[in-house]
Amino acid sequence: MQTKPHFAFFDEGSKKEIRRATLKAVAIPGYQVPFASREMPIARGWGTGGLQLTLSLIGKKDVLKVIDQGADESVNAVSIKKLVRHTTGVALTDQTAEANIIQSRHRIPEEPLRDDQILVLQVPNPEPLRKVDAREYMTKRMHAEDDYSGAWLILFEQIIKYQKMTTGAAHPVYVNGRYVMAPSPIPRFDNPKMHASDALILLGAGREKKIYAVPPYTKVESLAFEDFPFTKESFQGKQCNLCGAEDVFLDEIINQATGDRIYQCNDTSYCVDRLNHSEEKEVENSYA
Amino acid sequence: MREQPILEVRNLQKQFGEGCRHCLDPETRQLEKNFCSYCGTVYAVHDVSFDLYPGEVLGVVGESGSGKSTMLQGLYFDTDLASGEVYINEPMLAGQNVLTLSSQQKRYIRNYIYGMVYQNPLDGLKMKFSSIGNIAEKMIAAGSRHVGDIEARSKTLLEDVHIPLRRMKEEPRNFSGGMQQRVQIAKALSNNPPILFLDEVTTGLDLSVQASVLDLIKQIQRELHISMIVVSHDLAVIRMLADRSIVMLNGTIIEKGLTDQILEDPQHEYTQQLVYSLL
Repeated sequence: MQTKPHFAFFDEGSKKEIRRATLKAVAIPGYQVPFASREMPIARGWGTGGLQLTLSLIGKKDVLKVIDQGADESVNAVSIKKLVRHTTGVALTDQTAEANIIQSRHRIPEEPLRDDQILVLQVPNPEPLRKVDAREYMTKRMHAEDDYSGAWLILFEQIIKYQKMTTGAAHPVYVNGRYVMAPSPIPRFDNPKMHASDALILLGAGREKKIYAVPPYTKVESLAFEDFPFTKESFQGKQCNLCGAEDVFLDEIINQATGDRIYQCNDTSYCVDRLNHSEEKEVENSYA
Repeated sequence: MREQPILEVRNLQKQFGEGCRHCLDPETRQLEKNFCSYCGTVYAVHDVSFDLYPGEVLGVVGESGSGKSTMLQGLYFDTDLASGEVYINEPMLAGQNVLTLSSQQKRYIRNYIYGMVYQNPLDGLKMKFSSIGNIAEKMIAAGSRHVGDIEARSKTLLEDVHIPLRRMKEEPRNFSGGMQQRVQIAKALSNNPPILFLDEVTTGLDLSVQASVLDLIKQIQRELHISMIVVSHDLAVIRMLADRSIVMLNGTIIEKGLTDQILEDPQHEYTQQLVYSLL
């Protein structure tokens, strides 16, 4: 016998607890609020933190978009969308502009977000100081005392060894001049999008049982040294081979047979959108 | 005019345990060494007071378990002391008992005013980070955000402590005990602290390495005029380094004075025993 699932999977008590943690997180930008991470129908480490945030926030009129590494159609994104739809019946979309809750893994959409949207990021490792000390009570103390020399030390070590900062993703950020935060494994390219963002950004780590947030219009600075400033990944001189976009985060695709490299938008819905627009224009032009 | 001490320590107390009616009153308590046999409370540091003057090396001797290291850890805020007062003669800390400051302010003192070399390099170094990174950590903590400056200063310090620069990117866990100790010293010196604590720095090192580490400390003291507190159970080390010394037994100071005087003419029974066992 299959019983009808409760709206948004959780019982109301669970939703309340998660919302309370979320409110606290918004009130203290960048501070990791512990919460009772629920057992979910997907495995921990597969986006349960983000999913719990989404499920606690979602209402019947909301429109949801889920991305996984920039793609709307990848397995993880599709499974999460199916689960939310099954338990809530809300509308789903690929269009960044149409959604008011966007759950994402590893990317912030290329299209600028608005103040009526919420971005939910899935976080595997919320603790930027974990490499400095493995003990939670020690890292908590460092956060409390505003002692972030360890976070800089990690970057210093990279510079000493490789003459540059080598953070591939999750380059630590100073939020509101107080807490150092792991911005989830987004590329450095997306770090500046967090600064003074119009949309509320919520971050959830299901396995590590933490929720934290960047409220709208909050100062977010990426950690850097005076003589080694923060830099985004550069795609200068490269463009998407499908839509021709420049100044977006590009995937490099190597043709195994010929060894040729082509570049393509990582944000698939942004790319498709641009293609559709250019096609519309073509059609208009040919009529005229 | 009398010189102002840079560090004034008054009536430090540290106990492990609650205490009971037999031992709470210091006048009437009967302890087995520093241990109350009724309730098991250990009085690790009891009523310790002394002054440290600018540019001076103060030796602290005593048998193991006499409270030397606990006292030092208390001064460096590694452990909380039960009571006592510590004053540092620095403009922004004048007249304040630093033991009652907030943990942020204590961290400031650790990063800007104190340097510490632990007996065990595991306590003072991050073994997973490079040697240069370990030195950098202290400078970063003290507000330096310029890689070039940090690197240049670290290299100078590593050269000062005779660590070949080709090994600076190596982690200290690959180093010998003496080298680890020298990295610790370089780290402690990185932001020119006016006060340096040395806890059994040469214990466990072989004699030739001991000599070079002692040489280094002597040289630092001569050139940089840093005030130091040197804790050791080794009288030879104290004799070589310290101008003045205090002798501790069971958590209390039993004798203090010029090092030569203590060694030549020990007054207390225990000090006499200690000095004679040296010969």
